[in-house]
Amino acid sequence: MSGTNGYRRLGDRAFAGLATGAGVLILIVLAGVAAFLISEAAPAFVAPASDLPDGESLARYVWPLVFGTVLSATIAILIAVPMAIAVALFTSHLAPRPIALSVSYLTDLLAAIPSIIYGIWGIAVLGPASVPATQWLADHLGFIPLFEGPASTTGRTMLVAGMVLALMILPIISAVAREVFSQTPKGLQESALALGATRWEMIRMVVLPFGRSAVVAGSMLGLGRALGETMAVTIILSVSGVITFDLISSENPSTIAANIALQFPESSGLDLNVLIATGLVLFAITLAVNIAARTVIGRREAAGGR
Amino acid sequence: MADSAVSIPLGEGNGGLPPRANLTVGAFVAIASGALSFTLGLGPFVWLSITGFLSLVAISAWSLAVEGRRRARDRVMTVLVFEVFALAMAPLASLIYTVVSEGLARFDGEFLTSSMRGILADGGGAFHAAAGTFVITAVATLGAVPVGVLAAIYLVEYGNGRLKRAITFFVDVMMGIPSIVAGLFAFALFALFFGPGIRLGVMGSVALMVLMIPIVIRATEEMLRVVPDSLREASYALGVPKWLTILKVVLPTALAGIVTGVMLAIARVIGETAPLLITTGSIDSTNLNPFDGRMANLPVFVYQEYKFPGVPPEAYIERAWAGALLLIVMVMALFLTARLIARRYGVEIRR
Repeated sequence: MSGTNGYRRLGDRAFAGLATGAGVLILIVLAGVAAFLISEAAPAFVAPASDLPDGESLARYVWPLVFGTVLSATIAILIAVPMAIAVALFTSHLAPRPIALSVSYLTDLLAAIPSIIYGIWGIAVLGPASVPATQWLADHLGFIPLFEGPASTTGRTMLVAGMVLALMILPIISAVAREVFSQTPKGLQESALALGATRWEMIRMVVLPFGRSAVVAGSMLGLGRALGETMAVTIILSVSGVITFDLISSENPSTIAANIALQFPESSGLDLNVLIATGLVLFAITLAVNIAARTVIGRREAAGGR
Repeated sequence: MADSAVSIPLGEGNGGLPPRANLTVGAFVAIASGALSFTLGLGPFVWLSITGFLSLVAISAWSLAVEGRRRARDRVMTVLVFEVFALAMAPLASLIYTVVSEGLARFDGEFLTSSMRGILADGGGAFHAAAGTFVITAVATLGAVPVGVLAAIYLVEYGNGRLKRAITFFVDVMMGIPSIVAGLFAFALFALFFGPGIRLGVMGSVALMVLMIPIVIRATEEMLRVVPDSLREASYALGVPKWLTILKVVLPTALAGIVTGVMLAIARVIGETAPLLITTGSIDSTNLNPFDGRMANLPVFVYQEYKFPGVPPEAYIERAWAGALLLIVMVMALFLTARLIARRYGVEIRR
């Protein structure tokens, strides 16, 4: 073996090792996230019930938070998915071409705005603007438990928090949907038009079915984000730990993430362990949602959908 | 982008509405309902809602009369999609307008150059927070970029089999880690060694790294994949070993794209509040050493000033808005520079 060959071999092996090491580091980091969270949460699982924040049990403590988390994320998804589909369709099929590009810039920008700014915008602008509407809902649709009221006079409600979350996850969902909508085979689209379909009929019969699983996957990614989003909820809601479906009153359940952000700076000892345990629960929930989303996307790709 | 198949629209000649009928109706309804709202003293909010609803009714009625049911539905859906799009963009406009108009009140020299040290109510600034954000983000970037780029090189150039599949999968999973969980991880990591009272700038950097690495990997992977194989093969044919091919041929070709991806990743994490709130703590004076005690940063500064104002609250709220404006300016600058680089070097950003 000549000298240069040896040098090459060494360089190749060192570099390959370095790259592989970086790849393996990802797995280690992720395992580390789980391991450190578990080790710091462990004291909360084994502590006697009387030492816990509400003196009952960890499950009792976490349950209202899980409820609030799921409720706010559900509102966000219900608002964001139809809007995201419309935004994606607008960029991929309906907007005139020169506009389409700047439109996709705008949606990307929506994704780049820090969550804390969404939060203070929500409390300063959207909240007050929502008061007349929620007042009307409480007066006229109060028989529906969701709008039971009494309507909040500040607009710091679950509904507003859900709307702000919807705004934040909209670009995630629409990016995935836009991508797939614009990959709908041209041949299929042109066949539909050639058979006399209007543009909307073509979209409904060709583009939407083609993109359905991508929309599902994108929505789940959005759901994962909405479940873990912290600051918008922290700053908008005035929480009181109740469990209620009433979306427009000033008494709101908190979410896991918001509860951590609010309590953490003032906590110590076992309280910290309890908060980390709730974080572990959040981690598990988002992990499940994300893995489900990726499985849907993966199945699509395996089926040659892209 | 909008490279959908082209449908030939019905026009006046072949029994349809005139061209730009949707636009004409929209404009007409907007003016009419605008006049109505003005005389009745209704706000712009009500005016736009009325316009949105009435244009749908008007276009469907007109189209139904002239073109028939199917064309009418097509027009209604087109207008509806456009309106929903406008509805989705309205908050963005409102948000930027609000941040700029509220933020300008305190966006002055003092705000940019002084810290909050010894400030009781009026005055003061966010220099300490901006400097902290800079240090924390820089350290996070220095950590995340080499790891991310190398891992992407592994996935594209070397990886195969089970390990590659596992890493690809877990990068996706890592993308979905809530930012507060990343913060908890950084806290748990340091608390294990230094006790639960620990607050350091570098802890924030570690949390941001966890959030940044998957974004960097994804962007780099995408860019390495579009480097043509013929370039690699030409290099191998000249006897260049694989690692030098990657360093001297593949990476330089993909560089503009990688830089764009990294800048977008920075833009994504620079405004992260939750993980920093629980790792860096907050402090009123400037601290530039990430390994020495609490470190202020812009997102947490905005949060603290807004959520826990002192007396009188106005001074605190104004500082919060000015901080938000500074943050948005930073994000926009990163965002636009990334876009400019992408356009200059013909990078196709796929997300």
